[in-house]
Amino acid sequence: MKFGVVRFPGSCDDVDALLACERVGEATMLWHADRDLHGVDAVVVPGGFSYGDYLRAGAIARFAPVMESVAEFARDGGLVLGICNGFQVLCEAGLLPGALLPNVSLKFVCRQVGLTVEEPDTAFTSACEPGEQLSIPVKHMTGRYFSEDPVHVVLRYASGENPNGSQDDIAAVRNEAGNVFGLMPHPEHAVDPLTGSASGLRIFESMRAQVAGHALV
Amino acid sequence: MRARVLVRPKEGILDPQGQAVERALPALGFGGVSNVHVGRLIELDVEDPGKLPEMCEQLLSNPLIEDYEIQT
Repeated sequence: MKFGVVRFPGSCDDVDALLACERVGEATMLWHADRDLHGVDAVVVPGGFSYGDYLRAGAIARFAPVMESVAEFARDGGLVLGICNGFQVLCEAGLLPGALLPNVSLKFVCRQVGLTVEEPDTAFTSACEPGEQLSIPVKHMTGRYFSEDPVHVVLRYASGENPNGSQDDIAAVRNEAGNVFGLMPHPEHAVDPLTGSASGLRIFESMRAQVAGHALV
Repeated sequence: MRARVLVRPKEGILDPQGQAVERALPALGFGGVSNVHVGRLIELDVEDPGKLPEMCEQLLSNPLIEDYEIQT
């Protein structure tokens, strides 16, 4: 399978995301000004500070030409993963419910957090063992998830580890159809035990399994 | 036409920036201050002010978390 990683001006985790994808499949970079998704099977919107995060995190990136194609891809059922700034972009674009607000502490947080898998049967978590706790780093200043309406919570911060004041300890949500997923923690930074944890790989392995499953049908 | 858009956190949504300012003022000797909220001011020249609400809904504010007020 082939992943596409979107690169905006100001993205900074695009290369790590590409390398993480390459551990489970092929991967190519997608340029923000290019509407062509180059036939990828899944799209990753990575972390960083797209367009400087001017106005609000993700507010400008949402209007990038590539995002029109990503929205269409998502409408057609394609898998879209948004990490950190990518999560903010997907919320601003309306592809995911809710919004991300500044951390309650008003500080940038950068630390390893434990995550409980609330839904182990999604396209993004099926590779997780039942009851598995993931250990993945967060690094953000605008990660306090908020939604007035009920949402599908896929990952929660482990008890006492909420780094940003997120509502109900929410770390990751998905859309109703289950093909768009966003999370504040960075699975692409947790793909090798050498750097503390490899549990971020579960996300990419799940996506590969989902795409492979579809290919068989 | 010169227009001004005020964007503020929606009521009921925790506003840590406002709280930080509220705590800082008494430390400087300014007592009797409460209900502080920090928002954003956007000034713009606009040919058709009728389009301002749409601009606010689509870009200048995020209606899920913010209220906006247009001054022309």
